[in-house]
Amino acid sequence: MIKLKSALAGALIAVLAISCGGNGDEGRQDRRDRVDILGAGATFPAPLITAMADEYRDLTRNRVTVNYQSIGSGGGIRQFIEQTVMFGMTEAFLSEEVMSNVEQATGGRAFNLPITVADVVVTYNIPGVGSGLVFDGALIVDIFMGDITRWNHPRIAELNPGKDLPNLPITVVHRSDGSGTTNVFTSFLSRVSDRWRNRVGYATSVNWPTGIGGNGNEGVAGAVQNTPGAIGYNSFAYALLNNMAYGSVINSAGNVIQPSFEATTEAANIELPDDTRILFTNTPAEYGYPIAGFAWMLVYENLDANRAIRTRREAEELVRFLAWSIVEGQELSEMLGFARLPEAAVEKSQQMIRQIKWENEFIGAEVLDGLAAAGSPNQ
Amino acid sequence: MKSDSNSGSDYTSEAQELLRRPPSALYRWLGDRIFSVVVVFLGLSIIGLAVAMAVVLFGEGSQSIRQFGFLGFVRGTTWDPAVQLVFGAFPFLFGTLVTSVAALLISFFPAIAVAIFAAEYAPRWLAGIIDNLVQLIAAVPSVVIGIWGIFVLAPWLRDNVYLPVFTWAEASHPALLPILGNPMGYGMATATIVLALMIVPYTTALAKDAIKSVPVEQREASRALGATKWEVIRMAVLPYARGGILAGAILSLGRAIGETMAVAMLIGNRNSLPFSIFGAGATMPSVIVNEFREAVESLHLSSLMAIGFTLFVIALIVNLLAAWLTRKFSIKGGQVI
Repeated sequence: MIKLKSALAGALIAVLAISCGGNGDEGRQDRRDRVDILGAGATFPAPLITAMADEYRDLTRNRVTVNYQSIGSGGGIRQFIEQTVMFGMTEAFLSEEVMSNVEQATGGRAFNLPITVADVVVTYNIPGVGSGLVFDGALIVDIFMGDITRWNHPRIAELNPGKDLPNLPITVVHRSDGSGTTNVFTSFLSRVSDRWRNRVGYATSVNWPTGIGGNGNEGVAGAVQNTPGAIGYNSFAYALLNNMAYGSVINSAGNVIQPSFEATTEAANIELPDDTRILFTNTPAEYGYPIAGFAWMLVYENLDANRAIRTRREAEELVRFLAWSIVEGQELSEMLGFARLPEAAVEKSQQMIRQIKWENEFIGAEVLDGLAAAGSPNQ
Repeated sequence: MKSDSNSGSDYTSEAQELLRRPPSALYRWLGDRIFSVVVVFLGLSIIGLAVAMAVVLFGEGSQSIRQFGFLGFVRGTTWDPAVQLVFGAFPFLFGTLVTSVAALLISFFPAIAVAIFAAEYAPRWLAGIIDNLVQLIAAVPSVVIGIWGIFVLAPWLRDNVYLPVFTWAEASHPALLPILGNPMGYGMATATIVLALMIVPYTTALAKDAIKSVPVEQREASRALGATKWEVIRMAVLPYARGGILAGAILSLGRAIGETMAVAMLIGNRNSLPFSIFGAGATMPSVIVNEFREAVESLHLSSLMAIGFTLFVIALIVNLLAAWLTRKFSIKGGQVI
């Protein structure tokens, strides 16, 4: 579907290019002004970034085209390091090692700018039981470790008084493909359980102690929906779209949190480090949903050191797009099944954008100040 | 060329024309050379491509191969991209070999039967239909077969085969349970059955060609000796065709080893031994397609590449085996060896 979308977008661009070509001098002027912003990376935020790209192209009257290839987080980081793209996108922030390599290679830092918040819900298929089963972290760990194997286990009944839980074996379904969803989910489990952290850990793919693997959100959803007694995890938007039963989770403050975009945004509304490289699963936020994490855009502090960016104009347009995407671009979120960035993250991102340089000039600050002067809601 | 030679199928006049006015010496000299250069270049480029692929896979996988040693990598049973960062390919090697050999065993005799029926028994119109349908199976994209497997075959097998067998074992032979594994429908057995289905067309097509190429004299001779139809096939046709049949089977095995999407969708993707019959497993292509996109750690990526290299080596061995079998079992000069 994403492919189809980008194909359509490509066709649209081609048509526009042809129609502009007929406009004589003005059209030619446009074409010289035109800037292509290249990005690549994570698949999860791809629908959002593609929609943002469409919106942004309309906004700039076809002047700025954002071309995003969803090749996965690993690919996004590699393309970013190899400097074949202007921005990368990832669901796992850059490791210390990569950060220091970048600093050595370019003389500046790599910025991780949050673009959206990924939320993961526990989905299940129990005949006669709908959404709203309550889980806590320890219970999810025990189920995914394979220690609790029946739905009528007292631990589940204890958290769900009044629910009629059948004596049905539990089939654990996890993602078989490497995925940011797995990263967020396993990071939550690692946070709530030392046993999980030491035995399984968290990453885009892990060595699962039990269960079967489905390929992609759709693979997990298919296996869960086809197997009575199955439990899995999906991104919230996917569970909503497919009418899957999903559970509520007790967060670190002890509140039962029903998944919602607001609760997800709330989860990230915490004290963030300046570089936003943080996993906030099991969030301390009182009403935050505990299984959520950022997806980041990656840019260099010294944009002139990125070989993919050739001119100062391209750099400025990139910064302008970044600044737009974390504020106005967020308006597209709910419609596409994404949670908005919280205030805290937008502020930190803007502070980082301010430090972006082109040949030692702070073009990030210039762009943000320019936008503010023009009366844009960018601060 | 000639304007009067456009009289449709009348090639003789064209040939006569060419004989009457032979092409110039330069044309003959140059034409042959250009043609041979083109052919040699294209032929060598295929060899170069295969070598380049092996070199790239080995190069990209070298970090992992250096760290664990090639044997250590192939024998290692832990695949942990999160905590220990240890990568061993044995579960995938095992899963690949078991599923593809089992698939070949399941599909071999039905495929041969179809080939014999289409070549020897069926009237021409029916053989044509069978041919087309068999080719159709080969043409269905494996992701489509995978989807059909997820939504139709796996639930059906679970309800009608796995669960009854499992309940029977639970009641009378509890010792079998660990070997049988969790009967949830996605696992080694389902993947093997789908693989068997997918390789039937290859075995069938090659076996049919081999059977058809048995000389008529061979059949007539055994008929003349009073053989029945079954005896003709068993004693005259099949021994003569066995080289081609075996080569076809081995090529199908190669296809099963490399099959990716349908297997990844149905095998359940469990990355650690022990695998069980109904339970989840994994193969080399399935783990590559699953984890390649989001492999962030360089050692993880390198290990996936090293699996690719191992797969390449296995495919090479299978092809060499096919060539050897064909040579060993072919019949020369009508004599059974």
